[in-house]
Amino acid sequence: MKRQHIDKTVQSGFLLVALFSITVLLLIMVFLFIEGLPILDHISVKEFIFGKYWYPTDDPADFGIFALILGSVCVTLLSGLMAIPLGIMTAVYLAEIASPRVAEIVKPIVELMASMPSVVIGFFGMAVVAPFIQELFDIPVGLNMFNASLMLAFMAIPTICSISEDAVFSVPTALKEASFALGATHFETIVKVVIPASLSGICTAVILGLSRAIGETMVVLMAAGGAAMIPGSIFDPVRPLPASIAAEMAEAPFRSEHYHALFAIGIVLFVFTFIFNLIADYISHKFRQVGEASL
Amino acid sequence: MDSNIKMHTQALDFFYGAFQALYNISIDFIENQVTALIGPSGCGKSTYLRCLNRMNDLIPGILVKGQTMLDSQDIYNPSVDVVSLRRRVGMVFQKPNPFPKTIFENIAYGLRVNGIKDKAKITQIVEKSLKQAAIWDEVKDRLNESALGLSGGQQQRLCIARALAVDPEVLLMDEPASALDPIATQKIEELISTLSSKLTIIIVTHNMQQAARVSDRTAFFYMGKLIEVNDTDILFTKPELKQTEDYITGRFG
Repeated sequence: MKRQHIDKTVQSGFLLVALFSITVLLLIMVFLFIEGLPILDHISVKEFIFGKYWYPTDDPADFGIFALILGSVCVTLLSGLMAIPLGIMTAVYLAEIASPRVAEIVKPIVELMASMPSVVIGFFGMAVVAPFIQELFDIPVGLNMFNASLMLAFMAIPTICSISEDAVFSVPTALKEASFALGATHFETIVKVVIPASLSGICTAVILGLSRAIGETMVVLMAAGGAAMIPGSIFDPVRPLPASIAAEMAEAPFRSEHYHALFAIGIVLFVFTFIFNLIADYISHKFRQVGEASL
Repeated sequence: MDSNIKMHTQALDFFYGAFQALYNISIDFIENQVTALIGPSGCGKSTYLRCLNRMNDLIPGILVKGQTMLDSQDIYNPSVDVVSLRRRVGMVFQKPNPFPKTIFENIAYGLRVNGIKDKAKITQIVEKSLKQAAIWDEVKDRLNESALGLSGGQQQRLCIARALAVDPEVLLMDEPASALDPIATQKIEELISTLSSKLTIIIVTHNMQQAARVSDRTAFFYMGKLIEVNDTDILFTKPELKQTEDYITGRFG
């Protein structure tokens, strides 16, 4: 066979493989919409999204997912509140302050944390954290929004930290030297030069970390308490979107209203993560600062 | 004469770990004069320059021996505050390195980190510094635009303005024009001449014509050693050593 032919064959081979995986993903998406949209025959979009009651097995059933959405949003925000400062500060420490020896040891450990199976983190939340916060804050149940957020924060920190670390590390030495040469201290240089110059990378890291938290199922299923109600405090149990799907799918009769409603929750979740990724993409392009002078 | 010496090093040795980069360098820098450091690449002239504002401190594993005096103070004395030393001894780098901020903020940065909070005063110093660096007319209408939109030569003059804003006594320049075109280079050289009436300037350059044009005194480095230092017109016309003559006439290097 001629070399040109081999080249052509290899190219087509790669094209086929690429098309295959994209097609499969596309089909899953189509399936999601086919199975989710029929719920709109029974209930309007507004009632579905903003309905306060989720009683899918009652007669007549209520399919309002507002409490579930709120559960997801609250858990994600609260975990972000914990994970964002910790993740970014760890990243700055590793990239700027830690001695190379320390960074060499700590960096792989942080990345290892990212590979911890979520079921292990969920189990830890249930078995260790729940009784502890129950005792500490003197509350009736330890499985609640706070617990789930804490566990999700643990999952988001490695993502936020390692992506931010790359961004902080790639700030050109020339910029830092310019700052030092003007009589700035190391801390001033970090706060006023290094972090602003790596802001786009840090924002991307935050969004990716949070989108991991909002899509996470196992941890919220195990640690969030599972009550489909609008939370009044951070110690109330909540039922985020992914947890509802995972918990109820097995008992929902095939092609019933409940079944379609769960798929529709999947669509909502898909829209959420999709928006997160769009924002991440937008920010990383919008705030991209070219650090060094371009001649 | 002695009272005019702004800065000097006495028997300065410099080590990167086990490697000795500078041997026994003694130079006097006279107040309000321009001193040029010349020599082939890797001869240690940039390393030497960076000893004078302790910029080398940022590199782990370095060692400096000998005396480095600014006025009557040894800048390597443990009691010296490096941060305030660097405010007194400013630096301009080889590649223009403006911050990815607005033109105004680039200049205001040094003032803010040195504790000036008064907005009117900052605005006034920003204007004064940009004028000193002969770039005010080009940027006065776009102070709030990003400094990265300027040309390379403008960026370098902005960096000079940024260094001047904190009112240094000595200005170190590390090949400030090597990345610029001839016209931008000429502007920088004119600027150096103007500034030398108020400042002590030490400039590293690869370009011997540039050294001859801008400096009052010139020091020739080779392989980490100071070969010869003298008034520029003497060094370039009647060098004492054959090695210096060979270099400035282009027979090696």
